[in-house]
Amino acid sequence: MPSRTSDVGPTDLLGRVAQAVRAVPDPEIPVITIEDLGVIREVERVGDGLRVTITPTYSGCPAMRAMEEAVLDVGRRAGVPVEVVTRLSPAWTTDWMSEQGRESLRRFGIAPPTGERAHAAAGGPVGLTLQARQVTCPLCGSPDTEEIARFGSTACKALRRCLACREPFDEFKTL
Amino acid sequence: MSAPDAAPAAVAGARKPGLPDARTLHTRYLLSLGDDALIYAQRLGEWLTHAPQIEEDMALGNVGLDLLGQARSLLTRAGEVEDAHPRRDEDALAMLRDEREFRNVHLVERPRGDFGQEMARMLWFASYQYELYTALLGSADATLAGVAQKAVKEVAYHRDHATQWVLRLGDGTPESHARVQAGLEAVHPYVQELGEDFDAARWASEQGVGVLPSSLAASVNAYVGEVLEGATLVMPDEPRWHARGGREGVHSGAMGLLLAELQHIARSHPGATW
Repeated sequence: MPSRTSDVGPTDLLGRVAQAVRAVPDPEIPVITIEDLGVIREVERVGDGLRVTITPTYSGCPAMRAMEEAVLDVGRRAGVPVEVVTRLSPAWTTDWMSEQGRESLRRFGIAPPTGERAHAAAGGPVGLTLQARQVTCPLCGSPDTEEIARFGSTACKALRRCLACREPFDEFKTL
Repeated sequence: MSAPDAAPAAVAGARKPGLPDARTLHTRYLLSLGDDALIYAQRLGEWLTHAPQIEEDMALGNVGLDLLGQARSLLTRAGEVEDAHPRRDEDALAMLRDEREFRNVHLVERPRGDFGQEMARMLWFASYQYELYTALLGSADATLAGVAQKAVKEVAYHRDHATQWVLRLGDGTPESHARVQAGLEAVHPYVQELGEDFDAARWASEQGVGVLPSSLAASVNAYVGEVLEGATLVMPDEPRWHARGGREGVHSGAMGLLLAELQHIARSHPGATW
């Protein structure tokens, strides 16, 4: 779901601040902006300021607070009042990540979300086998990789290793 | 120690004699969900540096972090609904309530056993939470429905993690099989409470806000039963006794020690920041 901007043109001050808000980097993965991550739902003009609506990624992700602070800081530096509103529904999904975001992750050495969950889909049969999904190595491009740990260095990542180039790498989990 | 009924005095008319008002029941329902998540998050945090491998330190820490996030949203919502004066926020509810005001089930407060036992507990608890949050997707409490939308995707990963380990350990070596079977036996007396109805849940179910725990039990049992079968493990016999009272604030000796560790910094240094 692409985020929406209402009443904010690109040329005036508020438009430039809105663009700066969208360009705020993810504090944990600085190669991707919060817009590319799909966290920003709306940037609206409210009076002389902006209202930024965000949808959190994981319930317990400590980076959410940092993103909120960074957005507020953009407003403070530009002298524009900015308000951050959290919207829980619909829940964030990795499907909202932009193509550009996925490419940035890959170049950074993180396999982007495959769109396929590591476990059986909701309502599906119980996953009684030790499953293997195909995830391409972001470093050498080989599809011959294996999962080391389902839960990696942050809530959103799993740890894998490439059997071709032998390098370990992070995978952004499909949510 | 304050009584479990330290909620504000009834404001709206009570439904039936002896039952608290709607606001109190709604608050208690949210607290029961939030406290389950908070207390299990605390127990899972204890595994850091104690898990059998560093990947499991990370995994159990991550699962706990998801649960802590869910607890924060649920307790924040509980504070809004309660609307006490002054209002209690997530920190006040997590750090400044006494034992008798916590409404979590006994399963989550049990001291940790070995890794096999933890996977047995997580299998039951994540299976329960998965069915719970799925049922709450249509809650009349829009905030609760929003929390459930996010949480159901997280607990699907938790349930799968426990499933994979129970399969691996159950269908592994004689030692791993015996230990995870012993873990299942150890947690079994604490499982039934997850599926027991209580006043606040009955109210929430009638109002479309929540769901009766008893309505989830069949699906939870079916899922766990299927995993155990695949893992060559056996479902323990009906226990001769089972834990009860958590939803009314009656806890075991383990709870006080857990809360002491959870709360002592916040209580010793009120308002401290860093």
